[in-house]
Amino acid sequence: MSAEHTRHLLVVGNGMVGQRFVDEFVAADVDGTWSVTVVGEEPRPAYDRVALSSWFDGRTELDLRLVSDRLLDGDRVDYRLGVRVEHLDTSDRVARLDDGAAISYDEVVIATGSSPFVPPIPGHDLRGTFVYRTLDDLEAIKHWAETNGRTSGIVIGGGLLGLEAANALRNLGLDVDVVEMAPYPMPQQLGEGGGRMLARWVASLGVRLHCGVTSDRFVADDDGAVRALRLADGRELPTDLVVFSAGVRPRDELARASGIEVGERGGIVVDDTLRTTHSNVWAIGEVALHRGRVYGLVAPGYEMARVVAQQLTGDDAIYEGSDLSTKLKLLGVDVACFGRANAHGDGVDEIVYHDPIGKIFRRLVLDEATGALIGGALVGDTSGYELLTAITLGRAVQPDDLPAYVLPSAVRPPDEGALPDAVQLCSCNAVSVGAIREAIGDGCAKLGDLKDTTGAGTSCGGCVPALTTLLRNELTAAGVEVSNALCEHFDHSRQQLFDLVRFHRYSTWAEVVANHGSGNGCEICRPTVASILASLSNGYILGGDQVTLQDTNDLHLANMQRDGTYSVVPRVPGGEITPDQLIALGQIAKDYDLYTKITGGQRIDLFGARLQDLPAIWQRVIDAGMESGHAYGKALRTVKSCVGSTWCRYGVQDSVGMAILLERRYRGLRSPHKVKMGVSGCTRECAEAQSKDVGVIATEQGWNLYVCGNGGRSPRHADLLASDLTDDELVRAIDRFLMFYIRTADRLQRTSSWFDELDGGLDHLRAVVFDDVLGIAGELEDDMRRHIDTYECEWKATLDDPERLAHFVEFVNAPDATTVPAKVEIRGQRVPA
Amino acid sequence: MSWTDVIAVDRLTVDRGVAALVDGDAVAVFRLGNDDIVAIDHVDPFTGVGVLARGLVGSVGDRDVVVSPLHKQRFDLRTGECLDDPTRSVRTWSVSVADGTVRVAPPTPQRESAA
Ligand code: SRM
Ligand SMILES: Cc1cc2nc3c(=O)[nH]c(=O)nc-3n(C[C@H](O)[C@H](O)[C@H](O)COP(=O)(O)OP(=O)(O)OC[C@H]3O[C@@H](n4cnc5c(N)ncnc54)[C@H](O)[C@@H]3O)c2cc1C
Ligand code: SF4
Ligand code: FES
Repeated sequence: MSAEHTRHLLVVGNGMVGQRFVDEFVAADVDGTWSVTVVGEEPRPAYDRVALSSWFDGRTELDLRLVSDRLLDGDRVDYRLGVRVEHLDTSDRVARLDDGAAISYDEVVIATGSSPFVPPIPGHDLRGTFVYRTLDDLEAIKHWAETNGRTSGIVIGGGLLGLEAANALRNLGLDVDVVEMAPYPMPQQLGEGGGRMLARWVASLGVRLHCGVTSDRFVADDDGAVRALRLADGRELPTDLVVFSAGVRPRDELARASGIEVGERGGIVVDDTLRTTHSNVWAIGEVALHRGRVYGLVAPGYEMARVVAQQLTGDDAIYEGSDLSTKLKLLGVDVACFGRANAHGDGVDEIVYHDPIGKIFRRLVLDEATGALIGGALVGDTSGYELLTAITLGRAVQPDDLPAYVLPSAVRPPDEGALPDAVQLCSCNAVSVGAIREAIGDGCAKLGDLKDTTGAGTSCGGCVPALTTLLRNELTAAGVEVSNALCEHFDHSRQQLFDLVRFHRYSTWAEVVANHGSGNGCEICRPTVASILASLSNGYILGGDQVTLQDTNDLHLANMQRDGTYSVVPRVPGGEITPDQLIALGQIAKDYDLYTKITGGQRIDLFGARLQDLPAIWQRVIDAGMESGHAYGKALRTVKSCVGSTWCRYGVQDSVGMAILLERRYRGLRSPHKVKMGVSGCTRECAEAQSKDVGVIATEQGWNLYVCGNGGRSPRHADLLASDLTDDELVRAIDRFLMFYIRTADRLQRTSSWFDELDGGLDHLRAVVFDDVLGIAGELEDDMRRHIDTYECEWKATLDDPERLAHFVEFVNAPDATTVPAKVEIRGQRVPA
Repeated sequence: MSWTDVIAVDRLTVDRGVAALVDGDAVAVFRLGNDDIVAIDHVDPFTGVGVLARGLVGSVGDRDVVVSPLHKQRFDLRTGECLDDPTRSVRTWSVSVADGTVRVAPPTPQRESAA
């Protein structure tokens, strides 16, 4: 195929925009007419810079990566990373790299982004001073901050990125000061009212913000590391670390070196086709200067990427500038601005809502002459942002009750359903309301499908609440019953049913179906009710009429195999097993002709047990000091563990001990889906805890808690919920987390997909688990306590119940008769034929 | 008709089944909510394995059904029809109760010849 390439395209810079361009271009160049080379200065493939800070929350380089493996490992695009393009010979069309290589090209696209501006304050280059732009920067900051005795940090600049950096430092455990020259943060974007309200938020979040101050110089300690910042007014702020976030400068040095025109204040000059002054050279992203303007946001860069990809593959397209409206979460505070957000003085009017108690500021700017909305700033509550922006851009009709829109959502519920098609709902991926409506019309009825199909909500996630509302409203409007009905017998969702059972204290199926259901149930609602009853009362799952609710495996407390026999998987908490127990299991397997296999969950699975042999096998397992375990049932499976500090030279905590504690605590806990846990004794993570619903990783100080990981069909890396917890704090957090999940998840929803649909995401989950924002922490703990206090081994309970035991025969009228499933021998053991 | 004794009525749980051997054939016997007792083949026609008596009992509309434990196909407990694939229906067996004991007899001849 490569022989057919006739033209060669060079892309300089593999950042967010450069990579988006490559994706768009490869998709558009279907015939493979072009060969493509990408040269990137950073040593790694492009990653999501917008989400950079989440690296501190445990997202890895791989999580953030924007380049697909297919592209990276394939031969469609040649990636050369860790090298810089230094010069373009625009007449011979040859690029020279800093490693000496030369690359000929037919067309070249420059996407070199920008670099942070470091103000020339004396001492700005002392050790311990950093910028905040790349993963390398973050690694360096983290490393410096975590060196012993470092407790404080200063951020220079109180803009969007400065506040984000301040938040990151705070999460690293530092005491943070932010220094801003303007009298309040983000003056250009938010104006005085909004800026001052943001300042209130920042202060309330424990970050000291110094506005209207000028820095004089940095003071060094004896080792040449920064020790303090001296301000112009003579004050001195002691610090161990400094992050500069005082704006960015386009990285146009390649253009300068190659005789390509740049603007007076930087940026490569491009026309509406995004060509530079040289016809085969294009520039896109933060480095491009278009109609006198550089854009410091990713969405305009993505638009530029699309335009150039289209032109190079033969479609006409031009770029006419982007709207600068933005909606962000800064330090967890909602902030938005659109249009001429900060316009003041002659010719403009304003409608303002100012609430110092709720810390909400909303300002709508109107054209004095016409009364038309021309912009606005929203702090603390950004509801209505999509519609207001659309009105400003002329894509939606200004409603007569516009003044009502200045009110926050608590006072005026936002009407997202009325959004016109032209409104952009997801700005990261430029997805309009119209495109989302279309996808819903084509059958996307679930948030996940909608994300996959349209791409909306897949970057910063900020639009997900609006997306969810839109989906709900659209489905309702289309007359599709937005049914969360469990099945034909219950109109309720699992969560509603859970609340009903909890409220009415039902303990039987008969009560639940008589009061809330219809018909005689089915394979969906019966096991769901069984699980709810078990979560709440924890009685014997085969007691009373619950026996009629249990699905295949729960009915006989073992997993049914394809030949109608069962497997028994004794619990091996933490993977710790004595030689005697190993021998006992081996002997049981021999006596009952069972196939044995080590599972992926650190247990030994015994396959091929006949129904009538199960009780005797359990008895032998119990006699060996173990219990049969759940490989069936929506319940805790295993708590996988590494060997930890008991043996391992790296271990910092007793991971086996913690795993055993957790497995004993939560065993038998019935939940919407199965729950898996892992505990690792140090950051090497040999127990793969980050792929579990609950993952625990030891630190020098205690335990880091990760949640909502998943292996299986759609793997998901767990998120860091909290760091350095003590044993007690850890257990309490898991209690609350699990019970909250059990209460609110849908049937057969693992924690990972539950989390993806959780409004408010990780912040909300933290707020529920640690700050008890819902005021239910006490109930959650009580529910868990009841489970733990009343746990009984369900296999032992069965052995003690002659009534139940009578059901462990193959034929009730012929106790000695048995069918003999056909078997064959493989690798020394017998398996179903 | 030759009847085979299966189990005492009061040992049957409402909405659950038991398996029995009737003239060498495996039969699944269920007790329903209105105390009707019904019987169908025990062998799941999709897998050839005797498991239907261990399935969940429920309803689809006003039909009483059992759900195969292995791959969840639903069978009408009164007609034997498989709701998910009528070509894989099972036979129904005759049931009667005498002296508190449930008895089962082979499928009625018409049905057998129809099958
Ligand atoms: C035995 C074992 C495979 C083995 O030989 O290693 C196994 C066997 C089964 N797995 Fe598994 N899984 C086993 C580890 C895993 C793992 C690995 C792990 O736990 O570390 C995974 C991926 C991790 C995860 O779950 O996040 C795994 C992901 C699944 C899934 C997909 C879940 C998902 O979220 O996508 C299913 C299907 C389901 O639950 O819906 C499944 C379902 C099953 C079932 C229950 C299928 C069934 O209904 O019959 C198998 C029954 C086992 C039996 O009869 O005893 N098994 N399964 C492993 C038992 C571990 C244990 O001791 O408990
Ligand atoms: C912490 C942080 C948070 C942000 N949050 C948001 C947000 O919420 N919303 C938003 O819209 N934007 C946000 N941004 C801005 C956004 O990341 C940028 O707009 C976007 O990355 C610009 O993409 P780009 O490709 O133009 O530049 P970059 O992503 O910077 O990529 C340029 C790449 O080119 C490389 N390069 C430079 N010169 C050369 C050369 N001569 N040869 C080879 N390679 C070279 C650079 O090393 C870099 O890897 C944020 C930025 C940061 C740092
Ligand atoms: S995770 Fe750490 S403590 Fe546990 S076995 Fe691996 S290296 Fe050792
Ligand atoms: S706005 Fe960022 S993902 Fe949609």
